[in-house]
Amino acid sequence: MCLGIPGKIVEIYQSNGLRMGKLDFGGVTREACLEYVPEAKIGDYALIHVGFALNLVSEQEAQETLELLRQISEIENSLQPGEIG
Amino acid sequence: MKHLSEYRDADLVRGVLGEIKRTVTCPWVIMEICGGQTHAIMRYGLDQLLPQDLELVHGPGCPVCVTSLELIDKALAIASQPGVIFTSYGDMLRVPSSGNDLFSIRASGGDVRVVYTPLDAVKLAYQNPEKQVVFFAIGFETTAPANCMSVLQAKTMGLENYSVLVSHVRVPPAMKAILSSPHNRVQGFLAAGHVCAVMGYWEYPPIVEQYKVPVVVTGFEPLDILQGILLTLRQLEQGRAEAENAYSRVVTFEGNRKAQAIIDQVFTDCDRKWRGIGIIPASGWCMRDEYAKFDAEKRFPVSHINSEESTICIAGQILQGLKKPIECPAFSGRCTPENPLGATMVSSEGACAAYYQYSRR
Repeated sequence: MCLGIPGKIVEIYQSNGLRMGKLDFGGVTREACLEYVPEAKIGDYALIHVGFALNLVSEQEAQETLELLRQISEIENSLQPGEIG
Repeated sequence: MKHLSEYRDADLVRGVLGEIKRTVTCPWVIMEICGGQTHAIMRYGLDQLLPQDLELVHGPGCPVCVTSLELIDKALAIASQPGVIFTSYGDMLRVPSSGNDLFSIRASGGDVRVVYTPLDAVKLAYQNPEKQVVFFAIGFETTAPANCMSVLQAKTMGLENYSVLVSHVRVPPAMKAILSSPHNRVQGFLAAGHVCAVMGYWEYPPIVEQYKVPVVVTGFEPLDILQGILLTLRQLEQGRAEAENAYSRVVTFEGNRKAQAIIDQVFTDCDRKWRGIGIIPASGWCMRDEYAKFDAEKRFPVSHINSEESTICIAGQILQGLKKPIECPAFSGRCTPENPLGATMVSSEGACAAYYQYSRR
């Protein structure tokens, strides 16, 4: 139910007084309402849930999280080379 | 897909799993709130890769599962009326009520339709001025911004034939109800990432303070979940209890303030009956009086409907983390996704459906 998918905003327009957008989900394009992310611009990634953007996805935070996970992983691999799981 | 596939990297999963194993020194019980997380844990087999000392229990975060029988009976009563187009998200159609389900209303001639977004229901109301279009607004905080916007949009468009059957539930009161139970086993929470995308996590420090439990905002991909588990474990092992964020690419402490303001404009707090659990005070949202004409419970005569739960299904105990689906005598025998006794077997996010689908029997 609370499924949210990150999509890339490729178009922004008004429809029936609402700020809407077209988003690309890995090749599939769908419409979503952008009223809750007034700062959104083309090229941004937004988290979409039941046709609404709930937030923008922060590229910087994403990179920092991945870097942290890589560091944990590297420490682990250096401690237990070859062990799986 | 960007912002998804990176968080399924097998090498990183292995690395974080190793770190989790080295961190655990004694048994702990952690609850993942959201049904979407329960399914991800089962789908990727994370429950079988984690150390045995770490027990994951599955929380009440499945809106289809916790929507009360009474509201489903009301939905059926409205949907079977002539001149009504009844709309909802797909999961809701198969949930058993006291009698039948929404699918059977459709089979007997009712106009029941699945919509992807509540704005589609508003569009149906605009296109069918001679019909009453009702949207069954179930969900947690995640879904509330969409449902509220549909009401505002109907108002802006001057629609007189759109109403919403509101069944909104909120996560923090449910967490408090679980923690206050004398039978509680939960020692730490993975908070539901997409609820927090809307609400932020400013509501959690008081809970952390009062109950001394770690609460870690957690996403839905394997690495998100493992990171959430690792941060919770570190707190437990170090004797700390804090509200932390393991899903910072989507969630901020404040959340989406504009969405929160719109929710507050349209909805107000109310007591809510949770299926299988009972009434939790101030655990739901209902329509404010200013928007009463969009409230389906006021537009249709359903206030007399009062339904009681089946006594066979143990969904209530499962939703509170007290029991696992396999402890139910009906699981996978009398109760299957094809013939569900309770909502936790129906919904694609229900814990029983997850155990059934991924063969944890």
